[in-house]
Amino acid sequence: MGTLVEEILTRRVGRPVAAGEMLIVDVDFMMSHDNTTPLAIGAFEAIGKPIRHPERVVFHFDHAYPAPNIQAAANQKLIRDFARAQGIRNLFAQGICHQVMFEEGFVAPGRVIMGADSHTNTYGAFGCLAAGFGSSELGVSWVSGRTWLRVPETIRVELTGELPFGVYAKDVMLEVAATLGMGGATYMAVEFGGPFIDALPMPDRIIFANMSTELGAKCGLLAADATTERFLEQHTKAEGPFARLAPVDPDYARVVHLDVSALTPRVACHPRVDTVRPLTELEGMPIDQVFIGTCTNGRFEDMVLAASILRGKQVDPYTRTIVTPASRAVHDRMIREGLVEVFHAAGAVVTGTGCGACIGRHGGVLAPGEKAFTTMNRNFVGRMGSAEAEIYLGSPAAAAATALAGHVADPRPLLAALAAAAAAAAAAPAVLDPEAVR
Amino acid sequence: MSRTWRFGDDVNTDEIIPGRYNLTIDPTELAQHAFCEVRPEFPQQVAPGDVLLGGRNFGCGSSREHAPIALKGTGIRCVVAESFARIFFRNAVNVGLAIMICPDAASIPDDAELSVDFEAGVIRDERTGVEYRAEPMPAFVRAIIAAEGIVPFLREHDLDELL
Ligand code: SF4
Repeated sequence: MGTLVEEILTRRVGRPVAAGEMLIVDVDFMMSHDNTTPLAIGAFEAIGKPIRHPERVVFHFDHAYPAPNIQAAANQKLIRDFARAQGIRNLFAQGICHQVMFEEGFVAPGRVIMGADSHTNTYGAFGCLAAGFGSSELGVSWVSGRTWLRVPETIRVELTGELPFGVYAKDVMLEVAATLGMGGATYMAVEFGGPFIDALPMPDRIIFANMSTELGAKCGLLAADATTERFLEQHTKAEGPFARLAPVDPDYARVVHLDVSALTPRVACHPRVDTVRPLTELEGMPIDQVFIGTCTNGRFEDMVLAASILRGKQVDPYTRTIVTPASRAVHDRMIREGLVEVFHAAGAVVTGTGCGACIGRHGGVLAPGEKAFTTMNRNFVGRMGSAEAEIYLGSPAAAAATALAGHVADPRPLLAALAAAAAAAAAAPAVLDPEAVR
Repeated sequence: MSRTWRFGDDVNTDEIIPGRYNLTIDPTELAQHAFCEVRPEFPQQVAPGDVLLGGRNFGCGSSREHAPIALKGTGIRCVVAESFARIFFRNAVNVGLAIMICPDAASIPDDAELSVDFEAGVIRDERTGVEYRAEPMPAFVRAIIAAEGIVPFLREHDLDELL
């Protein structure tokens, strides 16, 4: 009996648990990447005991890969040498850790996953408890195979209504961020649900769990249903049967209702993710770099949406447009279905997979005084390079429209024109139909 | 005789230990600079066994482990606060700093002489006999704190012993 996170932990420890209790729990997988693994190795070595379950330890190379400088190269060598010595076989260099974690089947409903990265929350979209920890704590957990935690209180975000044309799940999440505020869910679990979420395809659901981090949440959760299971079966290596856990007579700390029916495109303004304004208020603001990618909006469906807007057009010559697929699988599918060609023909750069420009170290670093429009999840000062650059966050559609215009632009007129043309032709390829990906 | 040190709401980790002293993780060295800007007499006068009283959200701000390490280095018995920032709470347990969540921390008088029962979750003013309720600390948290932190704990033991 309880909220989704209480249900998951109840199942895990085999007795009813409630918010506020402190528990020691068995951990299914412990994830870290090229940025955080070296520190974890340090803590691990201070204990001086073996890794309890090497098969549960997962390393990714994604934050700066292939290494852009000597220091990164040395760190990555350290990680590979350590993995070899410790018999760790789960080494991945095929995309953003959070995307690859579910593609490779590490994520399934009911699991408990620790990650040395703040957006580990992402996997909560699949009905599991996934949370970010400090790097040294992760190294400690390699020894014990467990962690201790305090069962968090839950904020329920109940979403209803249908999205208007040209408005996307990312816009909804930005509105949620504006409502709850940065830190509005500190230490708590945020449970997303309601008819809007029930009808949402998996790639869009992931945005909500992913950006629960921006609210300060320990974890973000969505209950697994038939949509979740179908996605896991078709698009990941996870094998069923999958646990079906849902809140049972939950006692929420707070319930927030949001009807999405009248929402318009949103933009989170530099440098806070909760300073959210209607996109139309920012229209015309010049943009130096558009970046489409990341663990928030770097999936195939995001690419289809952006490509549908850019197809047959040219991006503004004074604006750099960078497209970074979230994983090699996304990249492969983009190649197969002709999206890379569409981006290239439009004048955009399609980079290899990874975090890319999101951490401001390679793949699209900003100069002082520049402004970027991106599909990322956060816009802290200095995040993409210079501390004197500004970062604005929006949907892939808004990013693509902005790339064409060279300034912040509303995607809706472009989408409407596409829809009209498609209706006229009545033969547009289904994959490039913006309605189909909404 | 131990004393209490009272702080308000939202004490942040920069106040606990300013960033420029974070070049070491030695508890004794860090302790010499604890609260040195906001309460300059603190590092000189704090004595082993003292108790810190805080308001809401104690330890907010950056996630640096240096903050609980600095307080641990002073030898204080415990930090009692109405609530703790999430990461400070985790870090405190992991570095072995005793903490207690006490909703009535504000009503504890400044001149109280406090004894703390972590298991029962009771803070007692030995002068007056008045007791304040706090959240009891489960056995595993007490064991980690008693071992001076999670790394030393795991060197000698296994988390399974605490299940
Ligand atoms: S894409 Fe950005 S937010 Fe996501 S894991 Fe990489 S650096 Fe972090």
